[in-house]
Amino acid sequence: MLVSYNWLRNYVNLDKVTPEELAEKITRSGIEVEGIEYLAPKSENIVVGYVKSCEKHPDADKLNLCQVDVGEESLQIICGAPNVGAGQKVAVAKPGAKLPNGMKIKKVKLRGVESNGMICSLQELGLDEKYIPADVAEGIFVFPEDAEVGVPVQELLNLDDAILDLDVLANRPDALSMLGVAYEVAAILDQPIELPDENLTIDESIEAKDYIDVKIDSIENNPYYGAFIIRDVEIKPAPLWMRNYLMASGIRPINNVVDITNFVLLEYGQPLHAFDYDQFGSKQVVIRQGKENETMVTLDDQERQLNENNLVITNGKEPVALAGVMGGADSEVTDETTNLLLEAAYFNSACVRHTVKQTGLRSESSTRFEKGVDPNRVKRAGIRACSLLQKYANGKVAGGVVEVDQLDKSEKSVTVTTAKINQRLGMELDEKDVTSVLSRLQFEFSKNGEEIIVQVPTRRLDISIFEDILEEVIRIYGYDHLPYTIPQGWVQAGGLTDIQLLQREIKNYLSSAGLMETLTYSLTNEKDATRFLTPDIEEKPAYSVGLAMPMSEEHSHLRLSLIPEMLRVLQHNVARTQTDLAYYEIGKVFVSREEEITNQPIENLHVAGALTGLWHNHPWQQEKKPVDFYVAKGIVEGLFAHLELDVTFVQTKMEDMHPGRCAEIRLNGKGIGYVGQVHPLTAKDFDVKETYVFEIDLESVFAVHQPAPSFTDIPRYPSVTRDIAFILDNDIPAGNVQAVIKEIGTPLVKEVSIFDVYQGEHMEEGKKSVAYRLLYQDPSRTLKDDEVDASYQEIIEKVNNQFGSYVRS
Amino acid sequence: MKEELQAIESEALAAVEKAEDSQALQEMKVKYLGKKGSLTTVLRGMGKLSKEERPVIGELANNVRASITEALDAKTEKLEREALDKQLETETIDVTLPGNPIHVGGRHLLTSIMEEIEDLFIGMGYEVKEGPEVETDYYNFEKLNLPKNHPARDMQDTFFITNELLLRTQTSPVQARTMEAYQGNRPIKMICPGKVYRRDTDDATHSHQFRQIEGLVVDKNITLSDLKGTLDVFAKKMFGKDRKIRLRPSFFPFTEPSVEMDVSCKVCNGEGCSVCKQTGWIEILGGGMVHPRVLEMSGYDSTVYSGFAFGMGQERIAMLKYGVNDIRHFYTNDVRFLSQYHQA
Repeated sequence: MLVSYNWLRNYVNLDKVTPEELAEKITRSGIEVEGIEYLAPKSENIVVGYVKSCEKHPDADKLNLCQVDVGEESLQIICGAPNVGAGQKVAVAKPGAKLPNGMKIKKVKLRGVESNGMICSLQELGLDEKYIPADVAEGIFVFPEDAEVGVPVQELLNLDDAILDLDVLANRPDALSMLGVAYEVAAILDQPIELPDENLTIDESIEAKDYIDVKIDSIENNPYYGAFIIRDVEIKPAPLWMRNYLMASGIRPINNVVDITNFVLLEYGQPLHAFDYDQFGSKQVVIRQGKENETMVTLDDQERQLNENNLVITNGKEPVALAGVMGGADSEVTDETTNLLLEAAYFNSACVRHTVKQTGLRSESSTRFEKGVDPNRVKRAGIRACSLLQKYANGKVAGGVVEVDQLDKSEKSVTVTTAKINQRLGMELDEKDVTSVLSRLQFEFSKNGEEIIVQVPTRRLDISIFEDILEEVIRIYGYDHLPYTIPQGWVQAGGLTDIQLLQREIKNYLSSAGLMETLTYSLTNEKDATRFLTPDIEEKPAYSVGLAMPMSEEHSHLRLSLIPEMLRVLQHNVARTQTDLAYYEIGKVFVSREEEITNQPIENLHVAGALTGLWHNHPWQQEKKPVDFYVAKGIVEGLFAHLELDVTFVQTKMEDMHPGRCAEIRLNGKGIGYVGQVHPLTAKDFDVKETYVFEIDLESVFAVHQPAPSFTDIPRYPSVTRDIAFILDNDIPAGNVQAVIKEIGTPLVKEVSIFDVYQGEHMEEGKKSVAYRLLYQDPSRTLKDDEVDASYQEIIEKVNNQFGSYVRS
Repeated sequence: MKEELQAIESEALAAVEKAEDSQALQEMKVKYLGKKGSLTTVLRGMGKLSKEERPVIGELANNVRASITEALDAKTEKLEREALDKQLETETIDVTLPGNPIHVGGRHLLTSIMEEIEDLFIGMGYEVKEGPEVETDYYNFEKLNLPKNHPARDMQDTFFITNELLLRTQTSPVQARTMEAYQGNRPIKMICPGKVYRRDTDDATHSHQFRQIEGLVVDKNITLSDLKGTLDVFAKKMFGKDRKIRLRPSFFPFTEPSVEMDVSCKVCNGEGCSVCKQTGWIEILGGGMVHPRVLEMSGYDSTVYSGFAFGMGQERIAMLKYGVNDIRHFYTNDVRFLSQYHQA
C-alpha cells in the first residue's frame, strides 16, 4: 500500500513528525514501512506560467515560439511539445532550475532564436511515467484555469509529497485504506482523527428505485448490494488534487468518474464500480453464480470463460461484471456517459479469491475483497462517492439507494483484564496503561469490576479474542518496555536422541576420512529420481513422488537416491577444474509404494558418497593414488567398523553401475546399500569421469545399532599368527573363503585378514593365490602350539573340501 | 710392581686417547685387559709380594683396570657418536619441500550452523524434534490456524503433490505433531530443524529448498518477556555479546501476538550502513505467543497453558554470520566454497 504523506495529513495532524519519523513509528508499531519515496526535490525556479502567445518557430516546423508570463517577468521560450497553445497555464522551468532528472535549465539559442526556460511535462517534473494520464503522456502538462501564475508547481502538483510503502500483511486489511492508516497513525501519535465529508444533497425530483432494481440469488457470497443512481454527469478530468493523490498512490487518473471511484477505494478501502446506466442493458441488477459455458468480455477486452464458482453481476440476461474483480466492456464508463449506476457491495472473500485464482486478474478491488472489507463502510463509501460525483462531475444524485442487505454489521466484544494481560506479557501494567491504548485506537470499552469489555470496531477484522487485544496493547505501548526473562519452572535435560547423535557421529567419521559434506536438492528430474536405488528400496515396486505443478523439469520429482544430484555437484566442480573430489551427504529419500500417491511416502535417511579423481596426490615423491573401488569400499568398511557393526559385501549388478565393480552391502544378511563404480555410460550422461559411489540406508543401521558397546578387557595373553595361501579358482570370491575360515576357526581365531593376492606367471590358468593371515588368541590363557596346529589343519582341510582349493607350497 | 702398574695405566690411557676407530679400541682391550694382556701378566707376580703389600697392590690393580675400562668405554661412545653424527649429516633433507598431504573433509557450513544452534538450545534444556518433509495439508496449515482459503496461505507459495499432500513450507508442523503427541498434558521445550520447500525462483536471496529451525516452549505461565529473554540469549551467542535485539509486531497465523526480531547491525554497530540499509538493525527471525487455537487444536487447554514459538532460516543466519552473499552457494556445493568453512 502506497501512502501519500500529504494525503494522510487531511485526516491526522502530522505537523510534529517528518515522513521518516512517521515511517519508523509505523514500523515499530506493527506495519513495516519498506521505503519512502520523494517525488521531486523542491525548486523555487519551476513555476506556473501563462502562455500569452504561441507561434511557429521561423526556422523549425516542429518548434513553437512562446511568450510566457511567469509572474514577475515574461519569458520567451521555445517549446517542442505538440500540445502547447496560447492561453494555457503550464509548468515553466526558469533558467537556473534543476529538473529531477538532473537537467539544468540555461538560456540557449535554438536555431538562432533565444529560449529562456523550458515548458515541462509531468515526466520531466519527476512523476512516474506509468501513472501519468493518457492525455498528457505525450506532451506538456496543462494546469486548470484557476492555477495562479508565478507560484511554484511543486505544491500544486503535490511533488513535495513523501510516499510511504507499507507492507500490509494478511491480518491488517484495514491498512489497505487511507482511513485505516489514519486510525493507526492517530493511535500511534495519540492524535484525534478527522473523517471525510459524507454530506450529500439529494435531487428530490428523482428516485433511484424508479431506475433500478436489485436481486441477489447468491446471498451467502453477496450479503449486501447497494445501487446508487447519478444522472447528468459531466465527464471531464478530476480535480488536480485528486489526480495528484491518485498518481502518488500508484493509480493513473482517467476521468472524474473513474478517478472518484478509485479515490474512494483508496480512502475507504471499499471497491466501487460505476456502470454506464444507459449501456447496462436493463433496469435490474441480478447477482448470481456463473454458469458452465457462459462467457463475458471484461474491461481489458478479454473473453472470460465462467463457471458456477464465479459470482457475476448481470442485467438479468447476461453478465456485466465479474463481481469484485473486473467490470465488463459493454457497460464501461466512457466520454459519452451521462447517467451512472454506482455499485457499492460486499462480496465474500473466498468467492473473489476463487475467481482471481481462476482468471489471474488481481486488481486493487479484488485484493481488498479477498482480504476483507469493513461491513460498516460499504454503504458509506457509496455515499462518499455520490457526494464527490455531485461536486466534481455535476451529477444529480437520485434519492434513496436500492439495496439488498443481509450483511452482519455487528461489532464483536472481547473481555480482558489487566491481570491477565500482565500474566501473559510478564509485565506490571496499570489498568490505565491498557485503557489508554484502547482510547488511542478509538475502541469503545466499558468496565465491569476488573473486566474491561472492548467493543471492536468492524474495521479491525483481525481482532476477535483476548490475545488480539493483548497484541494491540503491547504494540502501541511498545515492545521495548518488555523485560528480558527466561522461562522458569519446569526443567528437562535437553539433548539429542541416540539416532541424532549417531548422525553426528557419521558426519564426524566421514569428515575425518577426508570427505566434504554436500547439501543438494531433494527435488530432481523424473528420470533421475528413480536411479541408483538401494536394495531395500528395490525389494518392492517403488515410485517417485512428483509435484502437481513443478516450476521446472529439473526439480519435478522427489529423489529416491542421493547420488544423481551429487553427481551433478561433481560435474559442477569438474567443469571448474576441481578434479579431485570426495563428497558425502546425509539426507532423506522419499519412497512411495503406490503408483498413484495418496499417502505420505516413506522417508528414509540415507548416507551417500561420491568420489572421483585422485584420492592421494603427492607428486614430488611419486605418490599418486587415484580413487578406485577399494578406496570407496574402505570408507564404507571404516564407517561400519566405527559403528561396531559387521557388514558383508556381495558382488551385484545394478543398472547404473559398472557390471563387474559393484557390491551390495549387507547387514545381518539384509541388503542395505551398495558401493561401486558408476557405469561409464551413466558417468557420461552426467558428464563426469571415472566415479565411485556408495549409498546406505541409515534407517536399517539405526534399527540394529547399539549406542554404547560394553567394555572388553584388553588381551593379557600373547596371540599367535599363522599364514595360509590357498590356490583358488578365479571366480571364487576371496571374501567367501575368509568368512569360512573365520567360521571354522571360531572361537580361537579372532581375525582373518588377506595380505596377498596373486594371479599370473607361475600360476595355473584360471587360478589365483590368496594369502590369509590368521590371528589366534584366547583372552584367558596362553595358547598351546598343538591346539593352534590342530585348528590350522582343520581349516585347511575344510576350505579345500568346500572350495576345491589347495595350499600353495 | 707399583711402578709397573702405573706405567701400564699411563701407556694405556695415552693409547686409548689416540685410537681412531673401534677396531683399535678392541685391540687395546685385549692388549691391556685381556687374559694375556699386560695387566694380567703383571698381576701374575702378586704371589711374590708380602702379605702387607698384597692388598695395596690389589687395590691399585683394580683401580688401573677400572680406569682403563672407563677410558675405553668413553672413547667407544665418543667414536660411535661421531660416526652417527657423520651419518646423520649425510641424511639431511630439504625441509622446504611440501609434506605428504592429508585429505581434509568437513561439514557443510549449514550443518555447522545448525549444530551450533542446536547445541545452544540443548544447553537451555530443549530437545530436538524432527518430522516428515512431505506433509499433509492438515499439519502444515490447518493445525497451525491456517484453514483452507485463509488469505495468509498466500504468504508461502506451496509445492503441492495432491490436494492433501505437499512439501512442508515450514518446520512448524513438527511443533503441531509434538504437541499432539504429548496430548496436552506435559510442558514442552523443543527445537525442530529441517528442510522446507517453497515455490520460489532460485536467485541470490531465494531458494526453492532451504532450512529452518524453530523453537517451541509450552508451560504454565510462559510470557512474551520469556521469548524476548530467550531470543536475546540466542542473538548474543550467535552474533556476539555486544549485540542488542528489538522486537517489532508482525503477523503469523499460528502466533498472537506475533513479532519479528531484529539484531543490531554488527558491521556498523547500529550506526547505519549499507548492510543494514541504514537502519542499524537486521531482521533475523519471527516468533510470538502460540495462538490459543493452535494450543487447543493439539489438546492443550489455553486457559492453563501458554507458550512461545520462534523460527528462522538457517541460511539467513549463516549468511549474516559469515557474510555469504548468495544463498545458491549453499546448494551449488562448489568445493572452493565448502572448504572455506572447515572450522566453522
